Amino acid sequence: MDAAPHETVDTDVLVIGAGGAGMRGAIAAAGAGARVLVVCKSLLGKAHTVMAEGGMAAALANVAHLDSWEAHFADTMKGGKLLSSWRMALIHAREAPDRVLELERWGAVFDRTATGHIHQRPFGAHTYPRLAHIGDRTGLELIRSLQDRLVHTERVDVHMEVTVAGLLTREDRVVGAVAYRRADGALVVYRARAVLLATGGAGRIYRITSNSWECTGDGTALAYEIGAQLQDCEMVQFHPTGMVWPPGVRGILVTEGVRGEGGVLRNKDGERFMERYDHDRMELSSRDVVARAINAEVLAGRGTPHGGAYLDITHRSADYIRRKLPSMHEQFLKLARVDITKEPMEVAPTIHYFMGGVRVNADTGASTVPGLFAAGEVASGLHGANRLGGNSLSDLLVFGKRAGEAAAAFAADHGPADVDAAQVGDVVERLVGPLTRPHGESPYQLQGELQDACTRHAPIIRDEATLREGLEKVLELRDRAERCGTGGPVGRAFNPGWHTAQDLRSMLVNAEALFRCALERRESRGAHARSDHPKLDARLAQVNLVVQRSEGGMAVTQVENEPVPYDLTEVISQSFQRYTPEEMS
Amino acid sequence: MVTRVDVSIWRGDAGGGELVTYSVPVREGMVVLDAVLWIQANMAPDLAVRWNCKAAKCGSCSAEIDGFPRLMCKSPVSDYGERLTVRPMRTFPVIRDLVTDVSWNYEVNRRVAPFTPSREDAESSTPWRMQQEDVDRVAEFRKCIECFLCQNVCHVLRDHDRKDAFWGPRTMIRIASLEMHPKDTLDRRPLVRAEAGVGMCNITKCCTEVCPEHIHITDNAIIPLKERMADEWFDPIRWAARRLRRRPTREGGAAAPRPRPPARD
Repeated sequence: MDAAPHETVDTDVLVIGAGGAGMRGAIAAAGAGARVLVVCKSLLGKAHTVMAEGGMAAALANVAHLDSWEAHFADTMKGGKLLSSWRMALIHAREAPDRVLELERWGAVFDRTATGHIHQRPFGAHTYPRLAHIGDRTGLELIRSLQDRLVHTERVDVHMEVTVAGLLTREDRVVGAVAYRRADGALVVYRARAVLLATGGAGRIYRITSNSWECTGDGTALAYEIGAQLQDCEMVQFHPTGMVWPPGVRGILVTEGVRGEGGVLRNKDGERFMERYDHDRMELSSRDVVARAINAEVLAGRGTPHGGAYLDITHRSADYIRRKLPSMHEQFLKLARVDITKEPMEVAPTIHYFMGGVRVNADTGASTVPGLFAAGEVASGLHGANRLGGNSLSDLLVFGKRAGEAAAAFAADHGPADVDAAQVGDVVERLVGPLTRPHGESPYQLQGELQDACTRHAPIIRDEATLREGLEKVLELRDRAERCGTGGPVGRAFNPGWHTAQDLRSMLVNAEALFRCALERRESRGAHARSDHPKLDARLAQVNLVVQRSEGGMAVTQVENEPVPYDLTEVISQSFQRYTPEEMS
Repeated sequence: MVTRVDVSIWRGDAGGGELVTYSVPVREGMVVLDAVLWIQANMAPDLAVRWNCKAAKCGSCSAEIDGFPRLMCKSPVSDYGERLTVRPMRTFPVIRDLVTDVSWNYEVNRRVAPFTPSREDAESSTPWRMQQEDVDRVAEFRKCIECFLCQNVCHVLRDHDRKDAFWGPRTMIRIASLEMHPKDTLDRRPLVRAEAGVGMCNITKCCTEVCPEHIHITDNAIIPLKERMADEWFDPIRWAARRLRRRPTREGGAAAPRPRPPARD
């Protein structure tokens, strides 16, 4: 098919996504001399990063002077159940402090210690108080600081409310993307020398999630479709504390900062049950452990009336709570009519983060397709089988910068390449397909069924039979999605039915990868718990599950990862952070 | 308890439109955004609406509910009885249905000179120190989620359409957050007085009333900016001092003018 009428825009580095990683990457690429174009699905500054609450982990050692990059590295590796890329964990632990201080020099403000340094808050599975924060809206602070920096950076342009439908390749190298503007549906072809994916995770494939609508796993799907490798897609984090009641707010995040500030979890009998699951770390155990503990309490009949646990911070003064957790106070007061200074919150696990994603080079964020880079939640490696709270915001800055610089360097080494009109035509044909099927199935219906399938068949505790059923359901939905319409009207101007049909494609790739990997990993590790394989399999700590497109469809293979060097295994084994009883089993 | 609610939504585009009413089943704790998304999924798949987080943290779902500017994700349906009306923000051009063109806000924001620390601070290799009370002063402004409800309700922009003369409360918040930042050294008062037009605000406090983040926009940002400006331009002693130092000196010192923001087109 010939290319349909479209605009063409040239740039050196195309950044897809304008959350923390995308903006940091764009600033870095422009700083390295590249012309940069950022495209994002929403308005600038609305990315899912704004919802991050608790803080940014960095071993600044302002509060606990014993803290060090070694301790942060060891915590990250242990929290990730040794599946993390040691190289990424090392880079992250070493560079996070510089990225936090740099952000401050760009205008970000953080809460302070008595001596005027950046204050740091304790968080789950971090040995020392380590999270730089401002109240409970650190993500917003990060986004706004980067946004202000970005719009005053030379050689950077931003195209808001643009959705990328497909990447273009030439001789196996990425050369651009096909996209459409949401406002008027106009098609745009971006010709770029390098592409940086910073599209975040795919939390919307679940019904109960803390994620915003945008988190449909677009980058993972775009990369997969041009042959890039993904990895560890079974590793999906349930945040232990999402809102439970009323139903309209189910899944909205309750920051781990509540527990960091001393909040305790109790079951309906008033028992502080974490004592039985992780005696040492209690509420500040790693997220996988706390989420499973709440799940187990509910299954044992000790849950709250709406199927969760109580999270209680009322022992802190009302003034302290309002100062340290202002948005939590407001959120519960307004949405649940609960005053958290006087009553406990009801909480239950909610889908929060995808540790899996595009397989990247630890130093540069380069994917396995030349010219294609990834950073932030869309990339995989740093968090292994379980992400520690606070490690995501620092991940965005550390690897956003590195990937941006690497993309700029790649662009400098490679001339512009013409895009293939036939490829553009194929993407456009697929993209406008739903507009030609006014009587096709509703994408909202399919999206709802997909969310139900993931919620039901890939829950906190999984098993072979349930996962198989889930995979079959996803494959059935994939076939139906090929023929879906917009749900009705077929106008191009800001038509959410059409937009949802696009999102659905990405969501299906992510869901299929999730089920296939979850079936393949026959052990319980971190976020991936199998009732039919309840124990850790030591051998599988060295194995990443790699997903790649093949002639027969999606293929999953076991790939040995690079072993941790001896000196770093010493760092890990000598750290104070202990494993939980269940991890040692 | 009401089991259904009639939601009338303005449907249309720049060429015009009308209210369309949908009957929506109510469930406990439902907010207006839930109702709009239910309509989208079940009755009107092309109903255009912006939203992201559904947790009052991103400021995307601004609209006028029964005439009052609000975030839809933060407005319980139960506050409205058996029927409610949702319209797009009136101050900005409509793109489609509830989606408006808010790009002007981004344009004026870009014209505010960015955070500028002193050269000494910028070049020092030791971490900065600040006091919590200094941080607290700007932290209020930095809570802003850019929902633009204050811009929407500001009568200078809404009723008089003077976007050419006044940059609106959101921009004043942004300027205040920079001016009061403990490490910022730039003087944006000339900008506040001239292009940003703080004098246009006559302190009706409508912006403060609609702010979902409860920022005291008028009292803590706009009035202090007005005072700083008045000190500079209308204080007779400073006026005289300014006459005496017409020619800027290179030596610096206490009497030297603070650097002006770079000109921007």
